[in-house]
Amino acid sequence: MKAKPRMAPQKGFNFDYLMWLFTRLSALAMYLIAIVGVTAALLMSARQNMSVADLMRWAFMPNPNHVANTSIADIEVWKGIFWNVMGILMLFFAGAHGLHGLLNVLEDYISRTWVRNLLRGLVFLVWVLMSAIGVYVILL
Amino acid sequence: MGLKRNVGLMEGLRYQGKGPMLTYVLHRIGGLGIVTFVGLHMIASFLSNQAWGTGVGLFINTIYESWIFQIFIFFCALFHAINGLRIVILDLWPKLIEYQREAIWIEWCVFLPIYGIALFVIIRSGLGG
Repeated sequence: MKAKPRMAPQKGFNFDYLMWLFTRLSALAMYLIAIVGVTAALLMSARQNMSVADLMRWAFMPNPNHVANTSIADIEVWKGIFWNVMGILMLFFAGAHGLHGLLNVLEDYISRTWVRNLLRGLVFLVWVLMSAIGVYVILL
Repeated sequence: MGLKRNVGLMEGLRYQGKGPMLTYVLHRIGGLGIVTFVGLHMIASFLSNQAWGTGVGLFINTIYESWIFQIFIFFCALFHAINGLRIVILDLWPKLIEYQREAIWIEWCVFLPIYGIALFVIIRSGLGG
């Protein structure tokens, strides 16, 4: 089975290059958000009241639901606009990073231009829809 | 293979890429695993809050709360995060590309102890110990 080669990304300042850069920078941004989350959690008495697994759930997505089942006494400190913003930032970086990665994998197996363009449109729609669902869940 | 992209599946599987190829394959599997899990998780959280979808949402929860699924998803997340950090560092400081094999050894030295401990804890609590 011979697969047709897909179009190689062009050199220069274009969408593919920008997304290449975005993938790397968003990875660093996600590391930063997770570190802020873990540090703040430890300052908010996570060490006595949370397991490592719960701490990681909070680090990946700082949502008060993720600490609801721990022995944290005052959950009000874990809510608020700051954590909403951090959660939405995480959602934005992770969603764009992940769905662009999915597109990258799929495009390795696709050679026809119209299928590729259709797929790009489809993944963009999925990204918009999932972001809307995510923001709704975070702000709930 | 280099720039010759026109290879079939079987020829691709015979490619002896060794360490870097292994990290590439695991990075892809990990990424797809995370996309699947996070997508399911968001849909489940959304449905659990709707009057008509609570049952479906809670059912999806039982899938990813099972300890066997957690072994898989923790592998995906941890490997993707650590390997991703290596890729970011090597890509943003291209001079370091010369040491990429050493970087991959460091990566395994970081990954294996963390994953090993987590695996032990997950399996122990999974078996009810």
